[in-house]
Amino acid sequence: MRYLTARKRAEGKGAAHTGTEHHWHMKISSVGLAFLVPVFIYIFGRALGQGHEAVLDIFARPFPAIVTGLVLVVGMQHFSKGAQIMIEDYARGFWRKALIIAVIALSWTVTATGLFALAKIAL
Amino acid sequence: MVEFALPKNSRITTGKTWPKPEGTTNLRKVQIYRWNPDDGDNPRVDTYFVDMDSCGPMVLDALIKIKNEIDPTLTFRRSCREGICGSCAMNIDGINTLACIYGMDEIKGDVKIYPLPHLPVVKDLIPDLTHFYAQHASIMPWLETKTNRPAKEWKQSIDDRKKLDGLYECVMCACCSTSCPSYWWNSDRYLGPAALLHAYRWIIDSRDEATGERLDDLEDPFKLYRCHTIMNCTKTCPKGLNPAKSIAEIKKMMLERVV
Repeated sequence: MRYLTARKRAEGKGAAHTGTEHHWHMKISSVGLAFLVPVFIYIFGRALGQGHEAVLDIFARPFPAIVTGLVLVVGMQHFSKGAQIMIEDYARGFWRKALIIAVIALSWTVTATGLFALAKIAL
Repeated sequence: MVEFALPKNSRITTGKTWPKPEGTTNLRKVQIYRWNPDDGDNPRVDTYFVDMDSCGPMVLDALIKIKNEIDPTLTFRRSCREGICGSCAMNIDGINTLACIYGMDEIKGDVKIYPLPHLPVVKDLIPDLTHFYAQHASIMPWLETKTNRPAKEWKQSIDDRKKLDGLYECVMCACCSTSCPSYWWNSDRYLGPAALLHAYRWIIDSRDEATGERLDDLEDPFKLYRCHTIMNCTKTCPKGLNPAKSIAEIKKMMLERVV
């Protein structure tokens, strides 16, 4: 039991003076993905069902490779920041911090792995 | 923080069913959440039968009739009975609204009445709004000026005054904030739609000179940006206001300062 006034509870530790950049980043990446994802689905759809050599040939071309790379980087950054918001909504204390670290690490791991695979195919 | 189940001492049990009034045919079944902090029991839902031939048309009329004629221990807030004071905000038929302006004929089937969700309950249909009011006070709901006070009055053009329409009408009933899942899970840090609507009302007031400070105080991942545009606030507002739009406008102003 802490004898805090209602006003002190409401004020908490004050404003962090951040959040707008996060909000802006989510807006930009959303718009970017709205264009990138349909193009990627089209490229992926064309490769679907084809032989190994034909798939490698498609993703070795500059345009499909660049679009795939952008989808990976922008998509994973969008995922990372979006998941952070979700974790902040539903978890607290140690688990909030641990889960945010895990999500950021996962997004960078997926990005690095995907880019490595793409580079191996394209170069 | 998110909670998927009620605490053991908050689980609702079946309560008393009060006898039907005799010699009446036009009865309406009303189920009401009851909780008394003094008896140590879990909350329960009592069932009442209201004679609609001798009852006013609104849910508040039925509540007053129950209190006057059936169960004087039923506790609820009410004052103006015309949607101006915001006292009788409660969850009726699954919707946060004002009992005084919500008609019994708008509800199909049994009338189910609960207190506003996710707030501590003081007794029966009375929630504890202390934190809600403190959050409202924290956004400085008054005119802040730095210029010397004019001899007569702070002038405002007709167009600038019009910008306050749809904002000043808020009666602080808490229907919007308590319908917002973000506010349910993070009300300790998220200001909620009502406080943010009021914050915007002062930010866009042409006479106010603390716009920058007000925006500074709101720039926070929780205070403002916990709004995920769920829009429950706008859907439920009994006054027909649009808190979600006010929050979006604040976010736009934040971006204008950065980009």
